[in-house]
Formats: sequence, structure tokens, C-alpha cells
Amino acid sequence: MDLRLESISHRYDDVEVLRDISLDIPAGRIVCIVGPSGCGKSTLLRFIGGLERPTEGQVVQIGAPPADSINPLTYVFQDFALLPWRSVEGNISLILSDHGIRGRKAESIIADVLARTKLSEFRKAWPRQLSGGMKQRVAIARALAVNPAVLLMDEPLSALDSQTRELLMDDLIALWTRQPFTAVYVTHNLAEAVRLGHRIVVLSRRPGAVNEIVEIDMPLADRDLANPELDAKQKHLWHLMRAEAEAADKELVHD
Amino acid sequence: MTDATFPPAAEAEARPVRFRGGGFRPSSPRWVGALVFVVLIAFLEWGTRAGFISNLTMPRPSDVFATLVDLARSGMLWTHLVPSLTRLLVGGAIGAFVGIAVGVMIGLFSVVRAGLVPLVAALFPIPKIALLPLFVIWFGIDEASKYALIAFGTFTPTVVATYGAVDNVDRTLIRMGQSFSLSWSTIVLRIVLPGAMPGILSGLRVSLAIAIILLVAAEMLGAEYGIGAYILQAGSLYDLERLFAGVAILSLLGVLMSGTIGVIEKRLLGWRA
Ligand SMILES: Nc1ncnc2c1ncn2[C@@H]1O[C@H](COP(=O)(O)OP(=O)(O)O)[C@@H](O)[C@H]1O
Ligand SMILES: [Mg+2]
Repeated sequence: MDLRLESISHRYDDVEVLRDISLDIPAGRIVCIVGPSGCGKSTLLRFIGGLERPTEGQVVQIGAPPADSINPLTYVFQDFALLPWRSVEGNISLILSDHGIRGRKAESIIADVLARTKLSEFRKAWPRQLSGGMKQRVAIARALAVNPAVLLMDEPLSALDSQTRELLMDDLIALWTRQPFTAVYVTHNLAEAVRLGHRIVVLSRRPGAVNEIVEIDMPLADRDLANPELDAKQKHLWHLMRAEAEAADKELVHD
Repeated sequence: MTDATFPPAAEAEARPVRFRGGGFRPSSPRWVGALVFVVLIAFLEWGTRAGFISNLTMPRPSDVFATLVDLARSGMLWTHLVPSLTRLLVGGAIGAFVGIAVGVMIGLFSVVRAGLVPLVAALFPIPKIALLPLFVIWFGIDEASKYALIAFGTFTPTVVATYGAVDNVDRTLIRMGQSFSLSWSTIVLRIVLPGAMPGILSGLRVSLAIAIILLVAAEMLGAEYGIGAYILQAGSLYDLERLFAGVAILSLLGVLMSGTIGVIEKRLLGWRA
């Protein structure tokens, strides 16, 4: 299943947030969206998953999601969004049971996704007992449990320290390499974008518009930050972003 | 060239950094609460025996206790306690249940919120006991009017606490539920309600204390049996032992009620720990 954004514009009251964004999200690829803070990345992601409606334009789904996909468009949030009153297992089983999956079937799905995110020992733990990185792995496990056609990730690593971020980045790459998934990955971290993105969309400052789209063909598994090609791409992205970020920073003062 | 460093303060005096943290984190060891009661009662007992507290101003705690024992022996304790507890349970349960339901509705639906919040604000400050005559006309002189009074008195604080608690439920959790296409009822029952539960329970603590106050007031205004009636009789005879025996029962009831909510909190809110 592919997604296509057709000239999306949006305003909150009299604030124009997004202007005429058109974008293709092909199946099996990771599209990264970068841009200065406040340019409307999170807003755009909410449109893609149908949590909010743009004032103009639309998001269309091309082709049907796989039949075994329980929740085709699935989010991973920056602040994890785990229910603190449910255990690790309970957070996942709530969603499965609401989609009619209970008993042995749910059991095997939960065991599988916890194994894939290396959380099997923490099945019964409460969210408050987990570190930030583990909480985000639970959120990723929960997202994998519904077998999404497209994963929508809004700065999933931004709340974590840099070592944990590095480890989770490796986990994401390993997950994708084992079984490629489609993802839209919003970040303000350019290093993450060049490690993970097949296509990197650079948004301008508010109102966010597509500034440039950078394609990186190198396989995810081969990418490491010492690679000169990636380094050049990252420099190029930074060059694009820098002026925007500086200008955005000054605008906030005047608001 | 290296970065400038400050010269070592070899000669300066060294002392530990002053501790400024701690506090603002009350815990409650059980025995302290019990100790306060014991000390207070022991003081009254000693004062009345030694004579510097006159028997006319304060009954002797041991006499009050003896009165309670008599009351229990004669069976009159149950004659008074059973109707009181029934009124409290029926009235309090109706008020709390309807209050939680209405509070959740206010928290969820704009129309209900717009319509009921001003009404609740108007009802809240009415001294409910002033409405007892009205309830007697509506529901009769019997139990029903007392249930109604207690229910009404518990209802308003419960509504206010509940919709405040629902408002405070983390919206990202609700958004998460929608993003997984959970059904509306699952979002309400499994996300909104548990998220609001801490606020609802602390509201119930207040509501149920108000229920006890209204119970006594209603029983004083017209009941043959009940703790309130018992206190009123004792009061009109200036029988301080019996008056205090009645008051002690009420206090115990309050402690019991608060303990029950504590147990419920432990069970339902174990995840907070
Ligand atoms: N629900 C909302 N109501 C009004 N303004 C909003 C709302 N959500 C976001 N905004 C505004 O839209 C702009 C883009 O926000 P957001 O998408 O969160 O940016 P980003 O994720 O790129 O940092 C910001 O200026 C923000 O203040
Ligand atoms: Mg954002």
C-alpha cells in the first residue's frame, strides 16, 4: 500500500502552518521529514494517519493494506503514550482484544513482538519501572503487534539520551532489514534522517512547504556515519536547514 | 596556550554544602495517627479524673466507652446504626454513581458540558439541608427523602471532581487509542476512566464525608432511630456521655469510610506506587 499527499495546506485559525505539500510515500521505504521546529511536521503526520483533517488537500491510500494488517496506519509517539495502569503485556493486549484477537492468538503475537524488541523478560513490568528506551521499545512492540502497513513515527527517539538513541536506531534498522516496512519518520535530527531515510523531505520554516527532497539509495544495513557520502548528504541537509532554522528562531521572538 | 584555570583555593576553608532538599513528601506511618488519638483520649481521661476538666464540660472517656458498651449490650446500638448505615449506603451510592456518570458525560460531550456546568455551579453552594422540607414534600417523610438528601449532597462534589479528573486525563493517551482504531467505548472504559480514577477517588473522599454530615442532619430533623436521632436526644437532655458516644460512632464511621477508600485506591491505583 502506498500513500500520496495531494497538495495539503493547513491553517490553525489565522496561522498558516502548512502550504501545498505533495508527497509520495512508496511501500517498503522510509520517508524522513525534517524541518525547523514549529514548521508543522507533527501536524502533517497527524494528517497522514487520519487523526486530523487539513484545511485543503487530502491524503490518499493507493492499493489495499495487507489482509493481515490489523491497524494499517500506526503511530509511534515521541512521549511513548503507554497506559501507566497497564503492564507491558497489558498495553499490547488491550489493542489486540479490541480488534477481536484474544487468547492463544494474542498470546503468540505478544510473545513474538516482545522477542523482536528484546523485552521478553519485562512482560509483566509496569511502565514506571522501565527506562525511557525500554518504554519506547514497548511502544514499538505495540505498533508491530498490529502489523501496520505504514508506521508513522513522530520524533520517536527525541526524548531519549544519545546512547539509548543509538541503540534504538540499530534496533529499528535491524527490524527493517529483517522485514522491510513502510514508515514516515519525523525528526529534527539530521543524523537520524540520513541513517534511516530512503527519502528525506526538507520542510521550510512555517508555513511548512517542501524545500527539497533528498534521495539516499544506499542500503540501510550498510550505512554508518563515517561514510563520506552520508556525511556529504548530512552537510547538505544542514546547509538547507540552517538558514531556515535561524530565520524561524528570529520569527518566534516577534510572534 | 591552554584555557585559563582558576588558581586552586588551597587556603580557603572547606565545608560541606548545606543540605536544602527533602521534605514535601509526607508519608503516613499508621502508628502516628493512632498515637494522636491515644494521647488525646489519655489526656482527657487524666484531666477529668484529676479534676481540672470539669465533668460538666467534658465527659470522661471511660464513661463514654462504658456508655458505648451498654449501648451495644442492650442492642440499641444496632437499632440506631442499621438505619443510619442503610441511609448512608443507599444515598451515598446513588449520589456517587449518578455523580460519576454525569461528571464523565460532562467531560466527554460538549452539549452536556455547556448545559450542566452552570447548573452544577448553581447547585453546589446550596446548603442541601435547607432543601429537606422540599424533599419531604416530594418523597414523603420516610426513608426516601433522606436518601434523596444524602444522594443530592454527594452528587454535586462528585460531579465537579469527576469532570475535573476527566479533563485532566492525558490527551496523548486518548489520541493513542484513536490511532489504534480502538472503539469509542474502549477508549472511555479503558483509557478515560482509569486515567480519571485518582481524581474521582479523591473527590469521593470529600463527598462521602459530606454524606455523613447530611445523614446526621437529616436524622436530627426527623427520624425515630439513627445515630443523628440518638445524638439529638442525648443533646436535648444534656447527657454528654451519650452525646459523645454518638459522636464517637460518627467519627469511627468517617475513619472506616476513609479507610475503605484507601483500600480501593490501593487496589485500583497500585500502578502509581
Ligand atoms: N492544535 C493546534 N492548534 C493551534 N495551533 C497549533 C496546533 N497544533 C500545532 N499548532 C501550531 O502549528 C505549528 C506547527 O506545529 P507542529 O506541527 O507541532 O510543529 P513541529 O512538529 O514541526 O515542531 C506551530 O506553530 C504550532 O504552534
Ligand atoms: Mg513536533
